[in-house]
Amino acid sequence: MNAHSPAPPAPPIGLLVELTHRCPLGCPYCSNPLALERPGAELDGETWKRVFSEAAALGALHVHLSGGEPTARRDIVDLTRHASESGLYTNLITSGIGVGEKLTNDLADAGLDHAQLSFQGADKETNDRLGHYKGSWEKKRAFAASVIKAGLPLTINAVIHRANLHQVPAFIDLAVELGARRLEVAHTQYYGWALLNRAALMPPRKEVEESIALVEAARLRLKGELVIDMVIPDYYARYPKPCAGGWGRVAINVSPSGKALPCHAAESIPGLEFWSVRDHSLAEIWHSNPAFNAFRGTDWMREPCRSCERREIDWGGCRCQALALTGDARNADPACHKSPDHARIVATALAESESGDSGALRFRSYKTEKAEA
Amino acid sequence: MDQTTEIHAQSRPRLPRGVRLRRDEARGRWTLLAPERIFEIDATAAAVLELCDGQRDLPGIVAELAARYNAPPAVIEKDVVAMLADLKAKRVLET
Repeated sequence: MNAHSPAPPAPPIGLLVELTHRCPLGCPYCSNPLALERPGAELDGETWKRVFSEAAALGALHVHLSGGEPTARRDIVDLTRHASESGLYTNLITSGIGVGEKLTNDLADAGLDHAQLSFQGADKETNDRLGHYKGSWEKKRAFAASVIKAGLPLTINAVIHRANLHQVPAFIDLAVELGARRLEVAHTQYYGWALLNRAALMPPRKEVEESIALVEAARLRLKGELVIDMVIPDYYARYPKPCAGGWGRVAINVSPSGKALPCHAAESIPGLEFWSVRDHSLAEIWHSNPAFNAFRGTDWMREPCRSCERREIDWGGCRCQALALTGDARNADPACHKSPDHARIVATALAESESGDSGALRFRSYKTEKAEA
Repeated sequence: MDQTTEIHAQSRPRLPRGVRLRRDEARGRWTLLAPERIFEIDATAAAVLELCDGQRDLPGIVAELAARYNAPPAVIEKDVVAMLADLKAKRVLET
């Protein structure tokens, strides 16, 4: 690519909207930023609808209605209908809490294409403890049943870490039992809340490897019945994951107050100004916001990324992780074995995974964030 | 529901809820949109899938395509069966 006259970026494929940061759960690895946005700052429904229309016009195909808990918005059915009518494939990412059968049916009637339901554990005790919500197990199971009854496809999402790694087989059984078409076995990615809790969450390497082999065997056994997608814990990987598919390449996120971001943690990087959908169209932001161009493509790369044959596969890995672990967002993601910081972070992960420090989880809440600030 | 990936004369293929055939104008292609997945398909496959409405059986789909493309039904059937079986194995088609 010529740095002086860059080609316009290809349009995003997916739009992820954090409709609200309100959530009944308190997962200690929440992907929301530590500085949660207040309900009073949330965009109104009309603005969200404009964003959906703009995303579809720009070329996005999927919209992920996420949060917090997206159904905490009273206008969730209305927003879903508009997203679907805009031509977007509409995916609800939910805890299942507070979503009764009527709401599920209303969402299905409004054109919802798919629901993704989180489970924090594969049994009641683990699930309710890690989600920090007593009784969530029953509510989640009831939601799953209502999704199946409404004829919608269901994905179960399980975020995996030291306290539930042994439950991977049970998560697979749970997904089959609930009638899910798809299961995400998503090892925790350590930013924000998860980084805060890393010592209590990091799993031992040997057990991670065993769980990966187990998932691979289950994939074969359940072919045609359940699709299992796996996110590998990148501290133990050889190459980093292409975060968000590459910065400003395929995905765009919008925060509850309207800030457009290349990934949900991008605000952790200092010196970048993220434009708001209140002031700009999604197309203007995608094409012209300097923050979206900051790490787009490969021109920004240093070694070892710049000359790496995988530079357009991994896209340098994750900028937020590079910043958090090396102090500079332009460095290679230290999850990569070519990074000079790789050995150090693996040693840290291994030490933490054996620390036995599971009791000290800090659960996500507006209050915790204040205490940490 | 037939759980095997085989497509036979009685099959009435259809896209299940949660799978959408969509023209992707921004990229000039046809797509099948599924949960967290996008399958790029060619125009011929899109023409086949437009006929997969859960009403037509396999011979009905083949006859319509044979007439439209003025091609021998046996050849069309072989291609259609292979394509639909592949999509069924990926859980984006039901029969």
